[in-house]
Amino acid sequence: MLKRIFAAMLACTLAGPAMAASGNVELQRRDWSFSGPFGTFDKAAMQRGFQAYREVCAGCHSLELIAFRNFADLGYNEAEIKAIAAQYDVQDGPNDDGEMFMRPGIAADRIPSPYLNENAARAGNNGALPPDLSLITKARANGPDYLFSLLAGYKEAPEGVTVPEGMHYNAAYPGNLIAMPQPLYGEDVTYSDGANNSVEAISSDLVQFLMWAAEPKMEVRKRIGVAAVFFLSIFLIFSYLAKRRIWADVH
Amino acid sequence: MSAEKFQNPVVRWIDHRLPVFSMLDHEKYDYPVPKNLNYMWNFGVLAGMALAIMIVTGIVLAMSYTAHVDYAFESVERIMRDVNHGWLIRYIHMNTASFFFIVVYIHILRGLYYGSYKAPRELLWILGVVIFLLMMATAFMGYVLPWGQMSFWGATVITNLFSAIPIVGDSIVTLLWGGFSVDNATLNRFFSLHYLLPFVISGVVVLHIVALHRFGSNNPIGIDASGPQDTISFHPYYTIKDMVGIAVFLLLLAMTVFFFPNAMGHPDNYIPANALQTPAHIVPEWYFLPFYAILRAVPDKLGGVLLMFGAIAVLFILPWLDKSPVRSARFRPLFRIFFWLFLIDAILLGYLGGKPAEGIYVTLSRIATAWYFLHFLVILPLLSMFETTKPLPKSISEPVLGSSGRSA
Repeated sequence: MLKRIFAAMLACTLAGPAMAASGNVELQRRDWSFSGPFGTFDKAAMQRGFQAYREVCAGCHSLELIAFRNFADLGYNEAEIKAIAAQYDVQDGPNDDGEMFMRPGIAADRIPSPYLNENAARAGNNGALPPDLSLITKARANGPDYLFSLLAGYKEAPEGVTVPEGMHYNAAYPGNLIAMPQPLYGEDVTYSDGANNSVEAISSDLVQFLMWAAEPKMEVRKRIGVAAVFFLSIFLIFSYLAKRRIWADVH
Repeated sequence: MSAEKFQNPVVRWIDHRLPVFSMLDHEKYDYPVPKNLNYMWNFGVLAGMALAIMIVTGIVLAMSYTAHVDYAFESVERIMRDVNHGWLIRYIHMNTASFFFIVVYIHILRGLYYGSYKAPRELLWILGVVIFLLMMATAFMGYVLPWGQMSFWGATVITNLFSAIPIVGDSIVTLLWGGFSVDNATLNRFFSLHYLLPFVISGVVVLHIVALHRFGSNNPIGIDASGPQDTISFHPYYTIKDMVGIAVFLLLLAMTVFFFPNAMGHPDNYIPANALQTPAHIVPEWYFLPFYAILRAVPDKLGGVLLMFGAIAVLFILPWLDKSPVRSARFRPLFRIFFWLFLIDAILLGYLGGKPAEGIYVTLSRIATAWYFLHFLVILPLLSMFETTKPLPKSISEPVLGSSGRSA
């Protein structure tokens, strides 16, 4: 109850800044496994999301803050993580001759970025910069819903809207004109577990994976939170009872 | 006060040479507190606690933070990901900042409602306003440190305000920046000052408490205690009452930290600072929004800056604007109405500060800003002259028998 009052209070006071970013944006609200105080990540969905990221997004979007060792959170064991890392080429060096060299990735490496620098990224994308995805679900208002809506939001432009060369119409993007071409058409990836690979299903898997990438400590945070709230509630009850008892002789 | 009252010989030995135990004893048992304080009087202790939490978590964060434009954002993310429980410490620091302001705003409103700023507590009030100003400076500079988009653009907007000052404005801005734009030098000096100011705040808090203990707490009735029958010792009565407040405070803080840690922040601050890309709407942290609304309500830059600082400056002279000898709003029917109108006005300003400065929002901001200053500069002085107050009770112990009380 208290939580609901508090949430309502928050919603009222924060409506101002939180809504400020919305333009003509269509958001699809979805129930995510990670929502709410007991929410957890769906490991199978995150693994599928990583596969989709690697096969669809990673050509343009970096994931700079994630190291291969972090994939233990997705349910991969040490051998699997080493195997995944080894599939990437990582620049290292300089060696004893002063040369930079390439070697297979190890668990401690971060995921290599698709472009050497921002200029290269812009040059490869019509001047637009594909943002790093490590924090994308926290860096947008209503991040998970926004990301899902964006991936599934490519449509024919309505009448009267001219889409300039190199731009695309997207119902969820602020301003509706986005430089990113439609990334998902359905059946873009083939999952080894045979899971659904419609646009919605892949988008949902990507949101799971990227929400974890942005907030990898969410599960432990919520677990400690439940214990902390439980403890503090008891602390409050006993403080109040003690207060009543001590004050009994004052009134 | 003699050392003989302590049983423990070690305590007695120390206290004879360094009377810290006598001092504590004095604060706990001899310091008389009005017996009728309600839960609104919890917020001073809560503010002190918020300050302590901020200092402790801040010192730990500084151990892993890098104040450099190229590394600041990533060092914060390393704290969130790789430092043991770094996410917890950072989320506590981030959200306690907001809670600190919630608590202090309630503390200030309590002072306004019960007339705690009136004689003989004017300096106590003024020291409080000084703390509030220092808090705002500290919070602003702290928000810059993660070097996200809002950090950078917030810093740019706020530091640019000083350029409105005639003649020396531009030099002041250059001094604040340590260069000719918000850059590495700015980040470094903000980090240095962000670490320093909390200790300055702690010093002013000590003065605030010294001034408080000179005449003791005001109370909901607003009349002075007339004798021992009106007061009780701080311990155990108010220690346990504060404990209840602390429990509620920690409970709400925990719910926020663990379940909505980013609810009071802005998503744009998870985008690294980019000097070439201005966010669609630059908004400060929520606790600055009322003042931001006042700033933008004025079409002239210097005028806006002056009014914004004036909104706080007016608090310094409040004890001389409201001269009514009756402190508590309980006995001032008109003042009470205007207090609630003022609160609505302040919340409206906060709402408008988060909206884009266009159309109806600008008009509303101007009306709300005008009302803010009218309240302090016109309504309060007039009220203190013409308001018919209700009769005051004779004493705190006999509030119901107060039919023969004074009126102003």
